[in-house]
Amino acid sequence: MNGNIHKFSNSQIFKLKEMNNIVVYCEIEEGKVADVSLELITKGRKLAQDLKCKLEALAIGYKLDSIGSQVFPYGVDTLYVVDDKRLEHYQTLPHTSICVKLFEEQKPQICLMGATTTGRDLGPRVSSALKSGLTADCTNLEIGPHTETKTGKEYKDLLYQIRPAFGGNIIATIVNPDCRPQMATVREGVMKKEIFNANHKGEVVKLDADKYVSASDFAISIVERHMEKSKVNIKNSSIIVAGGYGVGSKENFALLYELAAVIGAEVGASRAAVDAGYAEHERQIGQTGVTVRPKLYIACGISGQIQHIAGMQESSMIISVNNDPNAPINKIADYVITGNIEDVLPKMIKYYKQNSK
Amino acid sequence: MGLKIIVLAKQVPDTRNVGKDAMKADGTVNRAALPAIFNPEDLNALEQALRLKDQFPGTHITLLTMGPVRAAEVLREGLFRGADDGILLTDRAFAGADTLATSYAIACAIRKVKDYDLIICGRQAIDGDTAQVGPQVAEKLGIPQITYAEEVVSVKNNVIKIKRRLERGIEVVEGKLPLVITVNGSAAECRPRNAKLLMKYKHSSTMSERAEKSEDYLAMINDKPYLNIKEWSVNDIECDREQLGLSGSPTKVKKIENIVFQAKESKRLTDGDNDINQLMKELIENHTIG
Ligand SMILES: Cc1cc2nc3c(=O)[nH]c(=O)nc-3n(C[C@H](O)[C@H](O)[C@H](O)COP(=O)(O)OP(=O)(O)OC[C@H]3O[C@@H](n4cnc5c(N)ncnc54)[C@H](O)[C@@H]3O)c2cc1C
Ligand SMILES: Nc1ncnc2c1ncn2[C@@H]1O[C@H](COP(=O)(O)O)[C@@H](O)[C@H]1O
Repeated sequence: MNGNIHKFSNSQIFKLKEMNNIVVYCEIEEGKVADVSLELITKGRKLAQDLKCKLEALAIGYKLDSIGSQVFPYGVDTLYVVDDKRLEHYQTLPHTSICVKLFEEQKPQICLMGATTTGRDLGPRVSSALKSGLTADCTNLEIGPHTETKTGKEYKDLLYQIRPAFGGNIIATIVNPDCRPQMATVREGVMKKEIFNANHKGEVVKLDADKYVSASDFAISIVERHMEKSKVNIKNSSIIVAGGYGVGSKENFALLYELAAVIGAEVGASRAAVDAGYAEHERQIGQTGVTVRPKLYIACGISGQIQHIAGMQESSMIISVNNDPNAPINKIADYVITGNIEDVLPKMIKYYKQNSK
Repeated sequence: MGLKIIVLAKQVPDTRNVGKDAMKADGTVNRAALPAIFNPEDLNALEQALRLKDQFPGTHITLLTMGPVRAAEVLREGLFRGADDGILLTDRAFAGADTLATSYAIACAIRKVKDYDLIICGRQAIDGDTAQVGPQVAEKLGIPQITYAEEVVSVKNNVIKIKRRLERGIEVVEGKLPLVITVNGSAAECRPRNAKLLMKYKHSSTMSERAEKSEDYLAMINDKPYLNIKEWSVNDIECDREQLGLSGSPTKVKKIENIVFQAKESKRLTDGDNDINQLMKELIENHTIG
């Protein structure tokens, strides 16, 4: 495939700014648009306003009649739908073909995908075909100008793709000056999902699957599939009791569950706690887990490395329970309780019960 | 039936153990302070290849890496564990590559190897955590990909069956060879070095490494061609130079920043009954809980 057509010339780039749109790839599981996609649409709406362009979404799957009503309130202007029995479950090649052909026709300036097992499978494939850049796992997206240091060439309105680098120890701003679309993936929970306007109506454009996919796109077949609905919902919980390596054992995690049950919270964990087998992976909070913004975050035996803090620093109130008075997490905590979780948690349970009566 | 397998492995700084001295005062990374290691998930990838070799005698595993001269270390590590062959792709022209330019160079090198049934890479490299190079290589070679592989279930009549680990479950898929698979950290761990192979390949080296060795040493290794690790420069592969390195990289780093967290003024409490009773009262009264 000749990807050079996607390296637009300068004059084209100039024109692009006025007319080209932002497209969000929607992940769909059992007829429902995934949260991560709605979060990206919310972000995309803001970026579209900055760029004065339209926000588009792409839905690929089977029985997609309700997708429009799901995404329009979040601000989508145009929804492309490819509805076909063969597309019931996500598969790399057909989805790649559809994205590549559609983007060749529509030439979006920005394409956003979830940094999920789907988005991270599809995004690189599409970017490789289009020879456009792709930045994984962005934690922020903004629009801004850019000057190439070497050539002095100036660009207006590029997408700043902001992401942690080097194991999360630094934050890098990445730009993609010359190739389109500018592609980025974002993890679930990093952006906030917000209704733009409950009455916002967009246009549905149905695409004919046969024009976009070919038989050879079905080279890989799915033999078996076991998907589970996620059991834990830490992202939407207003109180989180999170445990770290300092909790010491799976058994001690029971204390956290007890406190959580009493105060109506969900249990989260640091990566060290997950790696040690104290908690399930789904509960991991941080750069490589979910990002949470609860009303109250109780960190138990968590030291507070940057990668963990990256996923919970926006909590309205933070309580740290740690036997080390100098644990880094204490710096961002509103309340620091210095002590062992074995002593402190039972007391929290006891006094909550006493006082709430 | 032996398979021809190419395993992609990268040498990476060990970002999992970034100590204080790894960050310079100006907030940039002091690469020298970080040990260079075999990217962890590439070891999982190698193990999948080795298992196929156990199962199908005559299987040939080529380990391919792109990086500086020193990256030959991962090739030797692979030979010690059972790989048959190593290729180091190294040239200034590759420097500054983002994932797109990296995958282009790697795809060109793979085209030169020509004969392959399977390309196995790690899911992602811990220096960038992008997980992009595998799928991008697959696209450039025009072959399918199976990402997040946890286990090769079977290879029969040129059809490979793979179990994938996704965030909400598992999927078993199958497809015709050749294709690219990327292997998860949750897959089987890599076997340790084999003592015999360690002896055999201890002195294996690339052309650049040999340039620094004495005549006697060279004489010793010269009659053992298996000790020669292939080293390819940009001149050894067929490619469009515009698509390599910095010029072939659409993405540019605009800015690097240190992370600063807003320190709060925290209230300090003891683990005594009084303090905790007080706190719980407060939280209930201001409706934070309850
Ligand atoms: C690329 C990358 C991504 C990462 N992503 C994440 C991520 O998403 N999420 C994440 O959490 N981490 C992540 N990490 C790991 C992170 O760097 C830390 O290693 C991890 O957060 C540490 O977890 P911890 O605080 O539970 O453990 P530790 O650092 O071991 O801290 C344990 C704490 O418990 C305290 N303690 C010990 N005993 C007790 C007791 N009895 N009572 C009270 N306190 C006690 C100790 O004082 C200490 O502060 C990532 C790392 C890398 C390199
Ligand atoms: N320079 C390289 N040399 C060899 N293999 C690489 C290189 N970069 C990436 N890979 C392979 O691609 C996978 C994904 O890398 P990344 O996209 O950087 O996260 C790695 O696990 C390797 O298998």
